Amino acid sequence: MEDIIAQTQQEIPCREQQINFIGNILGEDDYPLPSSLFLYGHSGTGKTLVTTTLLKKLGIVTSHVNCVEFYTSRVMYETILNQLSGTVPNSNNNYTSYASCDSLGDFARNVREIAKEKGGPRMAIVLERSERLRDCDSNILPVLCRLQELTQDVNIVVIFCSTLPVDKFRASTGFMEPIAFHFPQYTKDELVQILVSRRVTEYSEEFYSNYVNLVLSVFYLATKSLPELKHLVQLNFKVYCEPIEKGEATESDIKKLWRNIEPHLKKAMSSVYLREVSSSQFERMQSLVSESTTSGDLAQLQPQMKLTGTTKIELPFYSKFLLIAAYLASYNPARTDRRFFMKHHGKQRKTQAMIKAKERSSNQLVGPKPFPLERLMAIFYSIIEDKVSPTANIFSQISTLVTLRLVTQIGGDDQLDAPKYKCAVPLDFIRGIARTVGFDIVRYLYDYA
Amino acid sequence: MGMKREEVCDPEMLREVQKQLRLNLRLWGTTPDAAEMLLSTYNSQAKHLEELMTRTLKLGESNSALVLAARGVGKSALVNIILENLASSGTLGEGVVVRLSGLLQTDDRLALKEITCQLRLENATANKVFGSFAENLAFLLESLRSGSKETSKPVIFLLDEFDLFCHHHNQTLLYNLFDVAQSAQAPICVIGLTCRLDVIELLEKRVKSRFSHRQIHLFSEEKFEPQYIDTMKLLLSLPETFVHKGFIKTWNAQINALMKTDDVLRVTKRLYDTTRDVRALKTLLLVCVSQMNADRPKLTPEMFIAAQPIMRAEAKTNMLQGLSILQLCLIIAMKHLTTIYEGEPFNFEMVFHEYLKFSQRKSTMQSFERPVVFKAFDQLKCLELVRPVDNTRGIQREYQLVQMMITPMQVMDSLNQLPGIPTDVQQWATCSFA
Repeated sequence: MEDIIAQTQQEIPCREQQINFIGNILGEDDYPLPSSLFLYGHSGTGKTLVTTTLLKKLGIVTSHVNCVEFYTSRVMYETILNQLSGTVPNSNNNYTSYASCDSLGDFARNVREIAKEKGGPRMAIVLERSERLRDCDSNILPVLCRLQELTQDVNIVVIFCSTLPVDKFRASTGFMEPIAFHFPQYTKDELVQILVSRRVTEYSEEFYSNYVNLVLSVFYLATKSLPELKHLVQLNFKVYCEPIEKGEATESDIKKLWRNIEPHLKKAMSSVYLREVSSSQFERMQSLVSESTTSGDLAQLQPQMKLTGTTKIELPFYSKFLLIAAYLASYNPARTDRRFFMKHHGKQRKTQAMIKAKERSSNQLVGPKPFPLERLMAIFYSIIEDKVSPTANIFSQISTLVTLRLVTQIGGDDQLDAPKYKCAVPLDFIRGIARTVGFDIVRYLYDYA
Repeated sequence: MGMKREEVCDPEMLREVQKQLRLNLRLWGTTPDAAEMLLSTYNSQAKHLEELMTRTLKLGESNSALVLAARGVGKSALVNIILENLASSGTLGEGVVVRLSGLLQTDDRLALKEITCQLRLENATANKVFGSFAENLAFLLESLRSGSKETSKPVIFLLDEFDLFCHHHNQTLLYNLFDVAQSAQAPICVIGLTCRLDVIELLEKRVKSRFSHRQIHLFSEEKFEPQYIDTMKLLLSLPETFVHKGFIKTWNAQINALMKTDDVLRVTKRLYDTTRDVRALKTLLLVCVSQMNADRPKLTPEMFIAAQPIMRAEAKTNMLQGLSILQLCLIIAMKHLTTIYEGEPFNFEMVFHEYLKFSQRKSTMQSFERPVVFKAFDQLKCLELVRPVDNTRGIQREYQLVQMMITPMQVMDSLNQLPGIPTDVQQWATCSFA
């Protein structure tokens, strides 16, 4: 037992306590297993890695499933049974699974049978992303928690892995509480240690750990997730080494290297970290940047490469005005329509109270408000200069805007009579649209005018 | 303690001890010693139940009863012990026990299948072709009904999670079972086990009227001093049946001595004050027992102290601990919003506005761009530290109203415990005017 734990601790750094706990509680050889374990912690803290490694080393028959994969519970039951019994659906057995299994009752019976066939080995079911189980049948969690009891003495343990604590799983009349155990996030030192130990490079360890520290100094405030940081560290290393390969700097020239890498890291924060450009694109861009002497803006270099931020959509002329009208109707209170859209509305005096009220409920903070179709059409006719007749074309353009998700319809039951809409585009987008038709939208916006 | 050092360090012995203790501590089920203890605790209730079953088995009376108790008190264990006793004393004889669980048999069709299976009527039903569920039920009932007191075997139905059976369509199964128990047919005894005290109110009128209204409550009145400690001793001591006879006495003496130490008493008292669920106690002890190894071959108070944090871990603080500084900033911004607007829901824009006020005016920290902040906000939503108020689709995600799932008090408590928070963030959290 002890050597298994020690060996695992060697393989997986910085998880001594966790390996110790899980290894000890599972025990060796033929010990009775606990009924259920619940491991929680942020993603990328090694829950799955530790569990699967230990289960494998302890020689426990394991079924490992991810709850995201199952659209019905039936698929889940059959997959688990297949894995426990070692059945692999293939062409030889005509793609049949171990047993067809519809209900939890069948599932429990089948588990018992498998145990009997195999001569009662120790078994384990590992459920990843088990927060998804809450969306399945209501009794699936209580059953899994007491599977040992319900299968009448099969030596089986169910291990839940989740990012949520167990409090979020409790249902109405409660269930048998599993043994909960927390996987804490790695500390900064541990992150450095792991990242350095996983390096693939011919440079020295000290050099690499300096680099890792630099990357962490930029990203650590925003994320502590190991997979994310690992990815970023791998991605930017080439750029970091570049001055050395060109012969402009030496390995000990940390200041120079830092000055070289810093803008790249800042850029990576706003692009790769948000997945606005894919990593392969980023690498290609980096090489482009290094070829050209001036490190220009990425967007200027490769404008079509960005995944998001493509705020330009080609729309027909009337659609643009309809969208602008929808935006104005959403973000302006209805009582101010008179002031903005009528020719002779009388004079408005700005009072102190009005300014206060405006500050308090800024629509840019609260979000769009719903408006009826009539108001949209009224604003549309007042902002468009030429004469437009309300043809079927115009109305079909409104529903097109809805299908394009630029405008959302609220209360979908009443299609004809009194549909209400909300505009679902941000200010920048609508400004771009307004610019293309030469319309000054800010002058009409209550929050800005 | 009169124990020989070499005896404990024997790895074979240690393994056997571990195995036996783990058997004792399995989260469910009871060993013979524990069974006796349970019987003595619920003496009158056990007698009552036993008498009911005996009457069904011996005299052919039909009965029904409900056993009500909180979770983890020992309902199933008690009923199982009684049945075992009946079987060993020969009273059970020809009687058949049918066990159903509300968790597994989620509708009447499945339950019926299970009953057929457990009554070994598959052969009888296999030859027949049933057009419908109703016919199947009718046949089953007919085979029950055709018997009388003299000719048919008594059947004991155990309905675990009885409250879930009440949610079945029309409560057909319950109605039929109680109906058979009411009328002079084959002798059956229906025993429901549930943790809901208001379960009678869930029954339909016609079902309720057929039920005998015999309720057996199990309340644990155990005090900390003798009973709780005794339970613990019982769980940790080796039974008479243990392989190495010579070692039983030394080990049990060790446990007795251990139970007198202050540290152990303090840890267990704390657990006792939180919950009297025996399962929680078993979990604690299992964590202790699992710490035993060749270097530490016996239970020590230190193991109890080491096990304590696992039992009382504050999940929210644990989760907050793993958040990045940016996410903590958002949590603080949300805390301010919750205090200012008295629990009104808010959206991302408001949180971002609040964050900007902080990062631009008060902070020395680098301020992040809007998409980066939004990603952090999204992660908080995935961790369910904030939850959307309504789940209507098609709302822009920045404007979706959310609520924080932690109280401002909890935020402050957790923040004070976290290490390595920048001072300006800490100050921002404490000052009420952002």
